[in-house]
Amino acid sequence: MKFGVIRFPGTCDDVDAQLAAGRVGDAELLWHRDRDLRGVDAVIVPGGFSYGDYLRAGAIARFAPVMSQVIEFAHAGGLVFGICNGFQILCEAGLLPGALLVNDHLKFVFRQVNLDVVDADTAFTRSCPPRLSIPVKHTTGRYYSPTPVQVVLRYSAGENPNGSQDDIAGVINAEGNVFGMMPHPEHAVDPLTGSSDGLRMFESIRASVEARVGAGA
Amino acid sequence: MSAAAQPRHRELGLTDREYELILAGLGREPSDVELAMLSLMWSEHCAYKHSKKLLRRLPTEGPHVLVGPGENAGAVDVGDGLAIAFKVESHNHPSAVEPFQGAATGVGGILRDIFAIGARPIAVLDSLRFGEVADSQRSRYLLEHAVAGIGHYGNSIGVPTVGGEIYFEPSYEQNCLINAMAVGMARHERLTSAAAAGIGNRLILFGALTGRDGIGGASVLASAELGEGDAAKRPTVQIGDPFAEKKLMECSLELLERELLASLQDLGAAGLTSAASEMASKGAVGLDLDISRVPLREADMEPFEIMVSESQERMLCVVEPDRVEAVLAVCEHWDILATVIGEVTAQPVFRILRGEQLLGELPVALLVDDCPLYDLEPQAPSAPLYRGGDQRIATDATPAQALLGLLASANISSRRAVFEQYDPVVQSRTVRRPEQADAAVLALPVLDARSAAGSQPIPAIAISIDGNGRRVAVDPRAGAAEAVYECAANLACTGAQPLGLTNCLNFGNPEKPHVAWQLSEAIDGLAAACRELDVPVVGGNVSLYNESPDGPILPTPVVGMVGRLPDARHAGRLGFAAAGDRIALVGHFNPRRDGSELAKLQGSAPAGALPAKDVAALRETHRLVREGVRSGVLHSAHDIAEGGIAVALAECAIAGGIGARVRLPDGLDLFGEDLGTAFIVTGSEQALAGMTLIGEVGGEALELEGVLNVPLSELAAAHDSGLPALLR
Amino acid sequence: MRARVLIRPKAGILDPQGQAVERALPALGFSGVANVHVGRLVELDVDDASQLPGMCERLLANPLIEDYEIIEGVAAHS
Repeated sequence: MKFGVIRFPGTCDDVDAQLAAGRVGDAELLWHRDRDLRGVDAVIVPGGFSYGDYLRAGAIARFAPVMSQVIEFAHAGGLVFGICNGFQILCEAGLLPGALLVNDHLKFVFRQVNLDVVDADTAFTRSCPPRLSIPVKHTTGRYYSPTPVQVVLRYSAGENPNGSQDDIAGVINAEGNVFGMMPHPEHAVDPLTGSSDGLRMFESIRASVEARVGAGA
Repeated sequence: MSAAAQPRHRELGLTDREYELILAGLGREPSDVELAMLSLMWSEHCAYKHSKKLLRRLPTEGPHVLVGPGENAGAVDVGDGLAIAFKVESHNHPSAVEPFQGAATGVGGILRDIFAIGARPIAVLDSLRFGEVADSQRSRYLLEHAVAGIGHYGNSIGVPTVGGEIYFEPSYEQNCLINAMAVGMARHERLTSAAAAGIGNRLILFGALTGRDGIGGASVLASAELGEGDAAKRPTVQIGDPFAEKKLMECSLELLERELLASLQDLGAAGLTSAASEMASKGAVGLDLDISRVPLREADMEPFEIMVSESQERMLCVVEPDRVEAVLAVCEHWDILATVIGEVTAQPVFRILRGEQLLGELPVALLVDDCPLYDLEPQAPSAPLYRGGDQRIATDATPAQALLGLLASANISSRRAVFEQYDPVVQSRTVRRPEQADAAVLALPVLDARSAAGSQPIPAIAISIDGNGRRVAVDPRAGAAEAVYECAANLACTGAQPLGLTNCLNFGNPEKPHVAWQLSEAIDGLAAACRELDVPVVGGNVSLYNESPDGPILPTPVVGMVGRLPDARHAGRLGFAAAGDRIALVGHFNPRRDGSELAKLQGSAPAGALPAKDVAALRETHRLVREGVRSGVLHSAHDIAEGGIAVALAECAIAGGIGARVRLPDGLDLFGEDLGTAFIVTGSEQALAGMTLIGEVGGEALELEGVLNVPLSELAAAHDSGLPALLR
Repeated sequence: MRARVLIRPKAGILDPQGQAVERALPALGFSGVANVHVGRLVELDVDDASQLPGMCERLLANPLIEDYEIIEGVAAHS
């Protein structure tokens, strides 16, 4: 299978996401001006500071030419995975409910946190154990939604790093094909660099894509 | 203005004698734009006129050196055709004015130095000094904003901040130090010179618009008709834009990858003037530069403002005429403004034009080489330069009280509150992040499924930055040497062998004999230690005149060192690994209290003497630790630094989350210091054969038999709460 | 025409920046300060002011978390 990783000006974790996805399949970078997703089976909107995060994190990126393709892909049922800045962009684009606000302590935070997988029955978490150790790194990661949402990941008790509502770390859309999370699974794919728990998410996506191909073909 | 009576050259910082040399060299009076350019190129910052002669004492050659001092950054060979480029630079004075932007643009500037030589930046470290944070609202403000600025720039541009150090001392109250080190990686053949080459080649300026940033002292040249109200138009603080630099970096690296550039240079201090004249000087050519083509942020800028502007996020490159189109296309792809502003000429003369009008015509050598270099008049001070501070640990404190006081102290407590504001993992190379080992460790090859599954070694580099001004104040020669030993010791703990170092020399006013003495002695100490350990200096930076009415800062040479280890999978850790491991003290350890952290906290001035070193023993100790870590027989390694052996043991226990029972050799001072000489290592009894066994890992407390017994939770609480409590 | 758009956090949403300022002011000796909120200011020249609400809804503000206020016809920025 092939992952497409979107690269906006200011994206930082694009190559990291490509390397992580590359451990379970093929992965290529897609440029923000592209008007074609080049036949990828799943889209990753990675972390970083697209367009400098100026105005509001993710606000400008969501109008990039490639995003209209991503929105179309999502509406057609394609798997779309937003990480950190990618989560912010997917919320801004209306593909996911809610919004990300500046951390309650107002500072950037890097920390290895534990996550509870509260829904392992999704296309993105089916291969995950109940608890994951994955780093967070962000200034704007406090999740907020005025309406109920489908929560997939929560920060484990006492580990909420940003004041997120109900300890929410990751949410999925009602259709189950668009998922966003603030922690960085692409930075937890090798024991050498700290943890390999994040690799389970990329494996989940691969398994989901293959199951669909198997069922649909 | 009151200064109007002064000759303009003096207002611009040139002495009468320097101005006479300029008149003689030029054979006429310089024009305004020429005078602005010369005054900056002949400044301490650009010409190193008070330090250059001393810097020649440093060894700069070695088998691994690919690029030595003189280029934007130095570089060493790390094998497999790869080069590591690195440099440390100060941004002290801008940060004292505006700590967030000062620190941010310090990071931005040093990163440009790295990608200007063709290397992709892979790590940032920083070395910070502030006044006594417990007593000073201002120091807390400076710390908080400088850290936020470093994080803002490094995090946003996607380069991990993997290490650093912070010290708090009263002498930095008015002169905080913000030194940033950047490390980059390139294939050998990609390393690029700043030397302009190829007569007729085009000079292209790319990146941000040129504005009135950092015109500073040169503003005395402003035309009279502009009026005083226009001073507000010349901000002295440069604003950093990491988003612009991220694009600039990717664009520059792509231009080099496509082999479109003849040379590349970043714009830093003194802006276009310095960048262009350095390029011309290195290439032994001349340049014609048309300022009417420079894209401006404000249309009404004067020629001298354009030439000295320090607007950030700009680069200058030399391009063969038939490649100009391709260069502009790459810049367009990255949304980077690029403009042909001049060309390379044969005569070694730098000509400034506005369209057809000639505004300035300076021999390149006059700008770059002819500034006089001064001899210092060093003299050892007859009276102590620095006083003791408040007593924060009682002289009759029990060992347990002293240990807890040290762990919670400003200089020793956990830096987590700071480094949690930095991204240490982006780029997916970071094998050891802060508090995991004594040095940062980064894998060289890309880590992927193959490297994870395979049995092939994964070569890596280790990086450390260090410099304890308090100990340099006690003895500038021995203290500066200790900074080198300490960095090498940090590398040994990860299994790395030093390849090269960079330094930033932060001192007071060198025209004062005792500061000249500190500088001269410190450079001699650095030079000696570099020779002893076979570590050449590949580049660096000098920051002088760090003085306030209370006197100079502590003499603060900061050393950044890069080493190589053969396999990242065996990179060392500092924390105790497992119950039952034996603990050994390795090294010729000769601790003293003079200049120690405990002496400071008990109110002593930095005075006395530092321990004499047995350099042969030190080298052998480093080798032993390095080899033990590499082979995996040592399960942890930590060098004994500030706070002595008691603090080192506590740090091993806290990092490992497990206690220890230790019996120290008779008469060994718990809190005395002898930096860079000795280590706490663990492993099986067999692995530690020949070393001084002092105890065993295990339990929930640190017990030093007959001396103290403190629960691990209490040690960790003191260590963790120290900095946050001081910042509150 | 020069217009100014003020963007502020929606009522009821935690505004840590506002709280930080509210805590800092008394520490500097200013008393009687309450309900501090920190937002953003966007100034722009527009030919057609009727487009401003659309710009706010789609890009300048996030209506889920922010309120906006449009002030038309302000003096030009020097």
